[in-house]
Amino acid sequence: MPESSLVKDICSSSIECRPSPLRQSSQSSLPLHRNYMLSTFCTEKNVQECLSHISQEVSSLGLPPVWMESGGSSEMNVVAVLNCIYDLIQLHRRGLRTLENMEVEQLKSSSNLDYLQLTSTQLKEQLELSKRENTGLLERERQLQLKVKSLQNCLKNEKEEVQKLQNIIASRASQYNHEMKRKEREFNKLRERLNQLLVDKKEKKQAIDVLNNIGRADGKRSLWKTEKTEAKHEGEMYKTLLSDYDIRQRELLLENAELKKVLQQMKKDMVSILSSKKPTLKDDQHQDDDIQADLEEEVFDSSKESVELYCVHAREKLTNSIRLQWRRLKSHVERLDNQGSLHVIGRSKNTDAVSRETHEEEMDRLKLEIQQCKDFIQTQHQLLQQQLSSPYDEEKASLLSDCYMLQEKERFRDEWKTLEEQRKIFERERRNFTEAAIRLSHERKAFEDDRATWLKHQFLNLSPFADSNKPQMSKSKSAFLISSAPEKLIKRPSDTTSPTPRCVPLTSPSTAELYPTLCLVPENRYSV
Amino acid sequence: MNFSEVFKQSNQLCKVSPDGKYLATCVQYRLVVRDVSTLQILQLYTCLDQISHMDWSSDSLFILCAMYKRGLVQVWSLEQPDWHCKIDEGSIGLVSSRWSPDGRHILNTTEFHLRVTVWSLCTKAVSYIKYPKACQKGIDFSRDGCYMALAERRDCKDYVSVFVCDDWHLLRHFETETQDLAGLEWSPNGCVLAVWDSCLEYKVLLYSLDGRLLSTYSAYEWSLGVKSVTWSPSSQFLAIGSYDEKVRILNHITWKKIAQFEHIATINNTKAVVYKEVEKRPAVGSDDLSLHNITIGTTLFNTQSKYEICPPPVQVPVVKPDPDRANPKIGVSTLAFSSDSRYLATKNDNMASVVWVWDMQKMSLLAVLEQTSAVRCFQWDPRRPRLALCTGNTKLYLWSPAGCVSVQVPTEDQQTWNSCFMTLA
Repeated sequence: MPESSLVKDICSSSIECRPSPLRQSSQSSLPLHRNYMLSTFCTEKNVQECLSHISQEVSSLGLPPVWMESGGSSEMNVVAVLNCIYDLIQLHRRGLRTLENMEVEQLKSSSNLDYLQLTSTQLKEQLELSKRENTGLLERERQLQLKVKSLQNCLKNEKEEVQKLQNIIASRASQYNHEMKRKEREFNKLRERLNQLLVDKKEKKQAIDVLNNIGRADGKRSLWKTEKTEAKHEGEMYKTLLSDYDIRQRELLLENAELKKVLQQMKKDMVSILSSKKPTLKDDQHQDDDIQADLEEEVFDSSKESVELYCVHAREKLTNSIRLQWRRLKSHVERLDNQGSLHVIGRSKNTDAVSRETHEEEMDRLKLEIQQCKDFIQTQHQLLQQQLSSPYDEEKASLLSDCYMLQEKERFRDEWKTLEEQRKIFERERRNFTEAAIRLSHERKAFEDDRATWLKHQFLNLSPFADSNKPQMSKSKSAFLISSAPEKLIKRPSDTTSPTPRCVPLTSPSTAELYPTLCLVPENRYSV
Repeated sequence: MNFSEVFKQSNQLCKVSPDGKYLATCVQYRLVVRDVSTLQILQLYTCLDQISHMDWSSDSLFILCAMYKRGLVQVWSLEQPDWHCKIDEGSIGLVSSRWSPDGRHILNTTEFHLRVTVWSLCTKAVSYIKYPKACQKGIDFSRDGCYMALAERRDCKDYVSVFVCDDWHLLRHFETETQDLAGLEWSPNGCVLAVWDSCLEYKVLLYSLDGRLLSTYSAYEWSLGVKSVTWSPSSQFLAIGSYDEKVRILNHITWKKIAQFEHIATINNTKAVVYKEVEKRPAVGSDDLSLHNITIGTTLFNTQSKYEICPPPVQVPVVKPDPDRANPKIGVSTLAFSSDSRYLATKNDNMASVVWVWDMQKMSLLAVLEQTSAVRCFQWDPRRPRLALCTGNTKLYLWSPAGCVSVQVPTEDQQTWNSCFMTLA
C-alpha cells in the first residue's frame, strides 16, 4: 500500500535521528487523523529532546524553526508551533491531495494499461486470424493457378486436336474435290463421246486381224467350257490352297518341335543348376523335395514319346514347370546377390559364401592371368608366323636347314677327327707292338738258342781253368733287363769274382737305350 | 561395269525380254529388237502410229505395241517376222493393254473403263468383262499365271472377280468391304489377295483364293491412309506404306502388325549407316575457259560424286508438301523387297532424295542413302541383295550390304532414266 509506505518512510526517517520507540500506525491505510493514537514519543522527561528533535525535523522540512535554543526556558513559541502545525497540516493535506491525484493517475494508467492489453490481445488474435486467412487464400490461389495451367494445357491440346482435325478435314475435302473434278472431267468426256457417237454415222467396229492362228503356249488343245472344267478349276483352286496350308502347318510343326526342345533343354539346365546348389543352401529343405520331384518328373517326361507333348495338357505342364523353375532360379540368384551385398556391407564371418571383395580380387587375378597367357600365345603365334612366312631362299635354306645343330655338329666333327687320329695312332702302335712282339719272339728264340748253346758250352767247358779265353758269345741283345740278374746267379755259383762283365757279354742294355733301337718313340698318347 | 553406247528411245519404252536374250526399244513408231549381248539389231518393226505402250509376252516370242490414240494394238512375232496381228478397238477406244500370263491373250481396257476385252490370239475369240474399276491397280495376275483378280464396281459397291486364266472362267466373285477400292495384289504364293482402300480410309483386306475374308487391318482413322502396298517374295510379309510416313509390316500367320518403320527427320540410330552423296565439281581456273575447253567440256559439268559416311545424328532434308493440294507429296510411296526378302527399300515422298533400307531379320534400319537430288526410281537385283537407284542425272547408284558406289554412265546429256535396270549375270 503506497500510502502506508509513504507513512513508513516519513516515520522511518524520524527514527533515524533518534531511536525512539514508535508504535507505527502502519496498519492504517487511511489518513492519520482517523486513527488517532496516543503517541509515546514525547513524555515529560524527554521534552527537551523531543523539542529539539521536532525542531530539527521541522527545519528539515523547510519550515521556520519551532524552538530556539535560547535561554533555558522550556517554553515554546506557541505561535511558531501553531504555524508549524498549520504548515504541517497544509503539507499533509497537500501530500494527501497529491496522493489522491497520484492514485487517480495510477488508476487511470492501470485501466489504460488494461485496456491496451485487451486491445493488444484482440489485435493479436485478429492478426492471427487474418494471417490464417491469408495463407488460406494463398493456397487457394495456388490451386487455382494450377488448375488454370492444366486447363490451359487442356485447351492447348484441344486446340491442337482441333487443328489436326481441321487439317484432316481440309485434306479430305481437297481429296474429295480432286476426285469430284476428275469424275466430272471423265463425265464430260463421256458425254462428248456419246454425242460424237450419236452424230457419227460410221461406227468403227472392233476387229482383230491375225495372219494365222498361233498355237497355245503349252501346246495343248483348248477345251470347251463345261461343268467338268469348272469343277476341275474349283478343285485345282482348293488343291492350291490346301497345299499352301499344308506347307505352312509343316513349317509351324517343325518350329514348334524345335522350340519345345529348347524349352526342355532349358528346364533341364535350370533343374541341374538348382540341384547343384543344394549343399550351399541351408534353409531350403523343401527345395530338395521339389527338385527331387522335378527330377523324377523329368525322367518320366523324357520317357514319354514326343507325341504326348502335342497334347494341350502336356504343353501346359511343360510351360508351368518351366515357369516354376525359372522363378526358383530367379529367387536363388536374388538371394545370392543379397548375400554378396551383405558381405560387402556387414563383413560378416559367413564362410560359406565368398565375399564380394575376395571374389572380385580373384576375378582380377584370373583376368590378369588370362591376359598374360593371351599375350604369350600371341607372341608365340607371331614368331611362328614369322618363321613360316619368311621368304624362301635356296642358299639360306640350305644354310639354315640344320642351323640349330651347327655347333654340335662342329663339335662332333672335331671329336671325330681326333678320334680318327687316335685310332690311327692306336693302329700304328698296335702294328708296331705286333712287330715288336714278333721280333721279340724271334729274339727270344734266338736267345734261347744262344743260352742253350752257351749252357751247353759251359757245361762242356766246365773246367778249373779260370781265365781261358772263352769264345766270344754272340752278343744277343735282349730286351729284357731282368733276365741278366738271374743269369748271373745261375751262371757263377762258385765264382765270387765277377768276370761276368767280360765273360758274359750279355749286357742288357737299358730300356731307354732299347727304345730308339726298336724305333719306339714314347709319345704323348693323348694330344687332346 | 561396262556400258553400251547410247540408244535413242522415246517414252521410256525399253524392255528386256523375260528370257533375257533380247532388248526391245521403241522409237516413235518403230520397234527395234536387239540381241542383248551383241546389241546387234535383229528385227525392226513399224507400227501404224506412235507407240504408247510396249510389252513382251511371257515366253519372249511376241511383243505387243499399243497405240492408245488410235485404239490399235499390234502384235509382232520374233520367230516369224512376217506374222502380223492387229487389234482394233474401234470407236470404243483404248486406255490400257496388256498380255495375259500365257502370252496368248491380250486384255484391252477400253476408254472410260467401260469393259475389258480379252482377245485370244489362238482362236480369235473375244471375251468381255464388264464394269472394271478404274483405280490405281485394278487387275493383277498371280505369279504362277493361273488366276487373275479384277476389281469391279457396280451400284457404288466394290467387287473382286477371280478368273482362271486358262479359259477365263469366273471362279469367284465377291464383294469387298472397302469404301473405294484402290488396288489389289496377289501374294507371291498365289493363295492370298491383298485389297486396299483409297487414301481416304486406311483399310487393307486380305482374302483367301476362294474368296473368304481372312483379315482386316486398319492402323488409324480419318487421316490419309494407304499409299503403297507390297508383298515380300516369300509371302511372309506384307508391307504397307502410308501417308503418315510409316511402313507397317504384317505377318502371314496372324495378319497382325509385327513391325513399324518410321521415317524420322533426325536419324540417331547408331547401327544404321548413313551414306551421303557428295559431289565434287572439278575446279575450273579462269585461264582454262577457252572455247576449246568449253566445247570439249561436258566434263566441266560432269561432277564426280562419291559417298561419305555420316556419323549420327544426321538431319535429313524434308520438304513440306502443299497442304491444300490433293495427293500430297508426303508418305511412303515406293516399297521394294529384295529377292531374298531380307531387305526392304522405301522412299518417303517428303524426303524425296533419301532411300531407306531396312533389315527384315532385325526389323530395324540398316542404311540410309541421301542423294543430291530426288530419287526417281530404284530396283533390286533379282538375284542378289543389290539395290540400284537413279536420280535423274547421269549416274547409277548401287547399294549392297557391303557398301555403296556411284557409277558414272557415259552419256552426253542428262537423260532421265527409267527403271529399266538389267542385271546381267
